[in-house]
Amino acid sequence: MATKHHVTPMLDELENGPWPSFISGFKRLRDDHPDARINGLANGLLGQLEHSYETRKGYWKGGTVSVFGYGGGIIPRFSEVGNAFVESKEFHTVRVQPPASNFYSTDMLRQLGDSWEKHGSGLVTFHGQTGNIMFIGTDTSRIQHFFDEINEYGFDLGGAGPCVRTAMSCIGSARCEMSCFNEQAAHRHLVNNFTDDVHRPALPYKFKFKFSGCPNDCQNAIERADFAVIGTWRDDMRVDQAEFKAAIEKKGRQYIIDNVITRCPTNALALNDDDTIAVDNRNCVRCMHCLNVLPKALGVGEDRGVTILVGGKRTLKIGDLMGTVVVPFMKLRTEEDFEQIVEMAEEIVDFWAENGLEHERTGEMIERIGLVNFLEGIGIDVDPNMVSNPRQSSYIRMDGWDEAAVEWFEKKAEKAAG
Amino acid sequence: MALEDMRPPIETGCPDGFQYMHPMMRRNFGLWAYHEDPQPGVLLHVAKSGEKVWTVRAGTQRILDIFTLRKLCDIGDQQADGYVHFTIRSNIEYFVTEEAKVQPLVDALNEAGFIVGGTRNSVAMMSHTQGWLHCDIPGTDASGVVKAMMDELITEFKEWNMPNRVHLTTSCCQINCGGQGDIAINVQHTKPPKINHDLVANVCERPSVVARCPVAAIRPALVNGKPSLEVDEKKCICCGACFPPCPPMMINDAEHSKLAVWVGGNHSNARGKPTFQKLVAAGIPNNPPRWPEATAVVKNILNAYKADARDWERVGEWVERIGWPRFFEITNLPFTKYHVDTWKGARNSLNASTHIRF
Repeated sequence: MATKHHVTPMLDELENGPWPSFISGFKRLRDDHPDARINGLANGLLGQLEHSYETRKGYWKGGTVSVFGYGGGIIPRFSEVGNAFVESKEFHTVRVQPPASNFYSTDMLRQLGDSWEKHGSGLVTFHGQTGNIMFIGTDTSRIQHFFDEINEYGFDLGGAGPCVRTAMSCIGSARCEMSCFNEQAAHRHLVNNFTDDVHRPALPYKFKFKFSGCPNDCQNAIERADFAVIGTWRDDMRVDQAEFKAAIEKKGRQYIIDNVITRCPTNALALNDDDTIAVDNRNCVRCMHCLNVLPKALGVGEDRGVTILVGGKRTLKIGDLMGTVVVPFMKLRTEEDFEQIVEMAEEIVDFWAENGLEHERTGEMIERIGLVNFLEGIGIDVDPNMVSNPRQSSYIRMDGWDEAAVEWFEKKAEKAAG
Repeated sequence: MALEDMRPPIETGCPDGFQYMHPMMRRNFGLWAYHEDPQPGVLLHVAKSGEKVWTVRAGTQRILDIFTLRKLCDIGDQQADGYVHFTIRSNIEYFVTEEAKVQPLVDALNEAGFIVGGTRNSVAMMSHTQGWLHCDIPGTDASGVVKAMMDELITEFKEWNMPNRVHLTTSCCQINCGGQGDIAINVQHTKPPKINHDLVANVCERPSVVARCPVAAIRPALVNGKPSLEVDEKKCICCGACFPPCPPMMINDAEHSKLAVWVGGNHSNARGKPTFQKLVAAGIPNNPPRWPEATAVVKNILNAYKADARDWERVGEWVERIGWPRFFEITNLPFTKYHVDTWKGARNSLNASTHIRF
């Protein structure tokens, strides 16, 4: 053993209790791994983390590290207390894009693990909050070798900094009956169209795509994504009356009334005298609740597509913003559909790159310039589905009203004519 | 490496997930009929073709050492079909196509120390950030908080005890990378940054730091003859936004960086529209290594929710139904002037009606 083990009385307390302990994992790397380099990295990391626990302070600072040809994708970490914890004084994270919908074979997991054991600390997270595989802990000299190795077998860096970020998609059509589009195809069509913007940070701030197959939005897309793609459907929901009756038999009429019928946010459900269900599909807002409770009896319709919301983000700097509906519905089946959504995303990213201030997310830009200016900038018409209610304030100049009204009726007639 | 040895990257971007999918799931892609929940931690999905796949979900320590990763792979090879999926909350999922394989897989995971659960109306794995372990701006640790808390909530993860699913999140600064949660535990700084004036000029691009402040409390200043920055401490909201672009704006404080608890964040459109979380408790000590005070607040809220909420109500929906006064009454948490919003749009959060529960 090259150096003495750091004493970690506080971290040791995190080895107690039934939940799997990350500290025990670090110690395995320190004590049981055959490679002295990995033993040292784990020892240094444990030492610095204990120091953080004792002083209640973090000791990592950023820097500039990347791989040849790219500008981002690495989270550089240099220790401010590297003299005391020499083995881990450089401890960079490599952000790698996972396969769409986070699928792996155990063979591929092992291969990634082997590469990381060769070039890094042997610590990895599936996945970070942006959606990347986080290979945690290596030094500047090894990053290029690690990247070259995994890049050869099909993996590429994710985004870090002011750029298009790694995207996330739910398990969707691969396993879920609620799924309304091919999440993996949409994910890869969009993000892989922006690889240059992923790898070479040159945008005002981060830009995130997230894909959820239905309005349950398991990927938190509306809350967190600049460009949220959420599956939905336009026709009637699927109803299997025999299964509905079976559910009443099993759970009781009262349960179905309390947990299905009366929980519909638009009162679009009714229980008939013969224990069948009546659905007012025109007033259903596709909230998913009744489908979630009765997935056998009720299901998504056949005329499926997506709703697109733009501008979701967390606090910094003007406060939390949900995404706003920009496209109430579009089909996402054919190559033309995918081309159309990619073009729309390009319009949005370009407009924001031109008009966004430094460190301003799309949602903040929309807040600053107004939704209408944003829509005009990207060439999308206003639609009543974009608002919760029309304006309340009379403080607006409206001398263009007549033209706007004419335009509305013309567009409506155009649409009716097909 | 010399420049001529440098290998240009292959810009493939996001890999195709299909090559790593279970063949049965590839066959039935987009052709699913329904699902059932046979037992906690296990899902059954039935395709229109009649084919079935059982998913077994397990919680891990999230930061996996290579030994643990290989152990997870071994279980996947020996007890399942060699294909896995990770959920958004970093749980691992295995797939089997024969019911007889489910229990041996569950047993193997439990045997190896992983925790099967996290489905349906359970307390899900906490989504969290890097913290002291790897972040450059953290006020606390993340993995440690989560480990300590999940030790206490393990039964709620393994069983279906809750009115609906409960998503917990934790974040080490107010940027809140952990995201919205039914219950979120986030750092809340309570003092303005201490400025290291010797370093500002060399380390920080001062106009960017001035621009970053949400309340325009920072301005350029000459301190001890050096160009630096100063903070109007009356205006400062102690958010820490100036710290990432300018580390000499030292916001993290061993004593005054506290934890706050927020409830009612919900990403789903089910029943109501998605919601952001609201402040319920603050001033909680940042107390490593096991943060018992924060865990106690979370358990208190969870117990009240479990006892009082109706089936399918998320935490936020439950509070909306019973009203905030009742929430503070039954959790015995103080309601203070800090709970009344002051930010843009704050008036929308005030009660402009006579709707009051007596």
